[in-house]
Amino acid sequence: MSGEIKTDSNLEKILKSGQFAVTGECGPPRGADPEVIRKKCGLLKSNADAFNITDNQTSVVRMSSIASAVIMMQEGLEPVMQMVCRDRNRIAIQSDVLGGAALGIKNMLCLSGDHQKFGDHPQAKNVYDIDSIQLIHTVRQMRDEGKFLSGEEIKGVPRLFIGAAENPFADPFAIRVPRLAKKVAAGVEFIQTQCIFNLNKFKEWMKGVVDRGLHEKVYVLGGVTPFKSFGMARYMAKNVPGMDVPEELLERMKGTPKEKQAEEGITIAVETIHQLREIPGVAGVHIMAIEWEEKVGEIAQKAGLLPRPTV
Amino acid sequence: MVVGERKPFDEITRMLEGHKKVLVLGCGGCVTVCLTGGQDEVRVLSSQLRMARDKEGNPLEIIEKTVERQCDPEYIDEVQSLVPEVDAVLSMACGAGVQFMAERYTGTPVYPALNTSFVGGSKKEGYYVERCQTCGECKLYYTAGICPIARCSKSLLNGPCGGSTKGKCEIDPEVDCGWQLIIDRLESLGQMDRYEEIMAICDWRSNRDGGPRKMIREDFQR
Ligand code: SF4
Ligand code: SF4
Repeated sequence: MSGEIKTDSNLEKILKSGQFAVTGECGPPRGADPEVIRKKCGLLKSNADAFNITDNQTSVVRMSSIASAVIMMQEGLEPVMQMVCRDRNRIAIQSDVLGGAALGIKNMLCLSGDHQKFGDHPQAKNVYDIDSIQLIHTVRQMRDEGKFLSGEEIKGVPRLFIGAAENPFADPFAIRVPRLAKKVAAGVEFIQTQCIFNLNKFKEWMKGVVDRGLHEKVYVLGGVTPFKSFGMARYMAKNVPGMDVPEELLERMKGTPKEKQAEEGITIAVETIHQLREIPGVAGVHIMAIEWEEKVGEIAQKAGLLPRPTV
Repeated sequence: MVVGERKPFDEITRMLEGHKKVLVLGCGGCVTVCLTGGQDEVRVLSSQLRMARDKEGNPLEIIEKTVERQCDPEYIDEVQSLVPEVDAVLSMACGAGVQFMAERYTGTPVYPALNTSFVGGSKKEGYYVERCQTCGECKLYYTAGICPIARCSKSLLNGPCGGSTKGKCEIDPEVDCGWQLIIDRLESLGQMDRYEEIMAICDWRSNRDGGPRKMIREDFQR
């Protein structure tokens, strides 16, 4: 897949040049101290092509993703601003799209967002004025037609490379390829998947994606998360909705001595990346080392993904 | 029907502090069906209130009455002679009934005894479930008769989120994923093509965001 470059996004250029892309992730702090982000940026720099800035992940209040993304840019990294539908109506969303783009943000990820029930403000009134597919369509219309949802013209269009998430492991499975097709029809340009532990199921989904030719219309980045410990693996298997951790991986982590478990987690992540590279239609990886940012470089290194190309 | 639950007893007694004589007014409509605001509940609540106030040595006089529907002027006219006798009305109707009473009897405070919960129905006696959030623009054609707004915890219109697991919603393993239900039914009806259509952004003007709604049947206006 190639095509005309629509934004100044480094991630877009890497993907359109046909190179295997790498994205990482950075969670903003629960406070106003920019140094927390700067420190994380120091650990992440040069280890991936772009880095997601989460938007009040798990519905816990954190520094805004736009502000954090700007700090990240000051440190010389390229952010992917995440935007959830949970907290904003269409007016706030379009306003933030303009604001983010004006500040120099070049990538945006459209998400519905975790339910507020999981966060630190379960009493909050959620919004969900539009859903993630409608959000993709909104940003696409703003960029390519230069129009707000109202139909009115935008003076100074936001040039954002548009992404979304997809979870091949959530139910109902039968809907997971058609759902991606809807995102593609809405205008998504890249997809980051939920953490992949069950490779067989992922391959099955990917086959459906390729059979429908969707991989020619959207870049699919496979999500990879290293286990820090057996405890974390078990937690993810049991408590995170829509997460699929096969029994044999749990056994493998359990069978590893405690002090070696982190290393084993990284080995599994590296093996996963090697396998993902072999799967037709996979255009890159999204390494989500949750609160373990220092390991992204090590994983990318061991998977042979460094140094990152310049385009 | 509109489903309501009785407010905690403490909250009700606090509202009635300072009053000597009240009208506890039931409604024969929805809240009778869901067993929270009809004649029987009026009787129970009234005697609880009397007992509590007697214990305090501060007796409360109560008139008990239930009308056919409190959301209808014709029926609340029936209490016209009772209202001047009391210094407050405790309505056991839904919020609409309480407001119809307050609008009609401007000189007397009208308090709610129920929390109006949702629009739903009874699965079986004593078990009520939400089915509609009165969005004003029904989408059930596209979603096989299962409401994506009321039954998906995020009111998603275009399909399940990434948290749907084994038919259950990410918010709680006890809660059905609305989208799993929709997909299952679309599949069994052979209507999966409806899923692939992108559902447009909702026009919430037909919902609360257009201000209080009204419906006027011109043919009934005189
Ligand atoms: S789509 Fe709207 S009107 Fe129809 S059941 Fe759902 S909330 Fe009610
Ligand atoms: S799990 Fe299902 S019901 Fe729950 S929010 Fe996601 S799509 Fe909606």
